[in-house]
Amino acid sequence: MNLILIFISAAIINNYVLVSFLGICPFIGVSKKLGSAVSMGMATTFVMTITAAVAWLLNKYILVGLHLEFLQIVSFILVIASLVQLVEMFIKKVSRPLYDTLGIFLPLITTNCAILGLALFLVMKQYNFTESIVFGFASGVGFTLALVIMAGIREELELAEVPQPFRGAPITLIVAGCLALAFMGFSGLI
Amino acid sequence: MAKSNVTLTSEFLKGLWKENPILRMVLGLCPTLAVTTSAINGLSMGLAVIFTLVMSSLIISLVRKIIPNEVRIATFIVVIATFVTVADRTIAAFYPEISKALGPFIPLIVVNCIVLARQEAFASKNPVGRAVIDALGMSFGFTLVLLVMGSFRELIGNGTVFARQIMPLSFTPWMAIALQPGAFLTLGFLIGLANWINAKGKKI
Repeated sequence: MNLILIFISAAIINNYVLVSFLGICPFIGVSKKLGSAVSMGMATTFVMTITAAVAWLLNKYILVGLHLEFLQIVSFILVIASLVQLVEMFIKKVSRPLYDTLGIFLPLITTNCAILGLALFLVMKQYNFTESIVFGFASGVGFTLALVIMAGIREELELAEVPQPFRGAPITLIVAGCLALAFMGFSGLI
Repeated sequence: MAKSNVTLTSEFLKGLWKENPILRMVLGLCPTLAVTTSAINGLSMGLAVIFTLVMSSLIISLVRKIIPNEVRIATFIVVIATFVTVADRTIAAFYPEISKALGPFIPLIVVNCIVLARQEAFASKNPVGRAVIDALGMSFGFTLVLLVMGSFRELIGNGTVFARQIMPLSFTPWMAIALQPGAFLTLGFLIGLANWINAKGKKI
C-alpha cells in the first residue's frame, strides 16, 4: 500500500515537470513530436530507475558510511554521468533496436536535472531501498506522462495561429502553465 | 569565437540582453521557474549562480590549455560541482531559511545548462579576464530575470515585494501566480515580450 502511495505521489501529485519544475529543458526541447517524446520518456524512466538504486546504495554505504556527506553533489553527478555512459554501451551491445530508439536521447539525460534531483530527493525523503526504486520508476513515469501530453498538444499547436513573438518556447510555457493548473487539481488526492 | 576587437564592455553587456541566457537562449529554466516565488528567493538563487559561474569560468579558463579535449566535460562538471558545494554549504550555514526555501535547487546548479554552456562555449577558449567578464555578464543577466520574475510573482501573488507591502490592502492576491502555473505563465509571457521587443527593434 505504501509503495502504491509513493508511486501515485511521485508520478501524478508531485509530477516532476509540472509541479517540481525538474527536467524543464527536455520538456521544452523534445516535446515537438509524439514519437520522440515517448522515446525520451522511456530512456529517462529507465535511467531514473537505475539511478535511484545506485544513488541509494552510494549514499547509504559510501557517503554516510564514511561520513563524506559533503561530497554528495560531486559524487552523485559523477556517478550519474558514468552510469548513463554505461547504460548506453550496455544497450548498444544487448539490444540494437532499443538502442536505435533511445540512442541520441541517452547522452542528453546526463544534464537532465530531473536525474540529479531524484538522487537528492531520495536522500531528503529517507526512503528504503525498495521504496527508492519505486520512487525512481514513478518519477520517470510522471516525466513521460507530462512529456507525452505536451507533445500531443504541441502537434495540434502547429496548426494554430500563434502570434509571431510567442512561437516556440513562450507558447509551450504558457500551455505548460495551463497543464500545471490542471495538475494542481490532483494535490490533496492522498 | 570571440574576436579580439570585441570590447570588454560589450562582452559584459551581451549577457544582459542580446544573449540573455533565459530570455534569448532559453537555458536554465528549472531554477528560473522553481525559485522565483518571491523576490528574495530569486535574488539569492541569482547570487549563488553568479558565484558559481564566475569562479568556475576563472578556474576553467586558467587550466584550459592543460585539459585534454576528451575529458573536458567531466572536468567542467567536477569544477562546477565543487563550487556549487561551497555555495550550498555557505548558504545552509548562514541563511538556513533561504536554504530551506530553495530546496534542492542550489545543488541543482551543477546541471544548470547555463553554467556548463559558458564553460564549453567561452571559458575554455578565452583568456582569464575575458572569461570572467563573460561569466559576470551572463550571471547578471540571469539574476536580473530571476529578480524581475520573483518581484512580479510576489507582487501579484502576495501583494508584497521583498516582504514589503506594495499593493493596497484591499487587493486580493492571485495565489495561482505564486504557485506552479504562475511560474510557467509569467516566464512564457516574459520570453514572448522579449521576442516582441527584439522583433520591433529590428524593424526600425
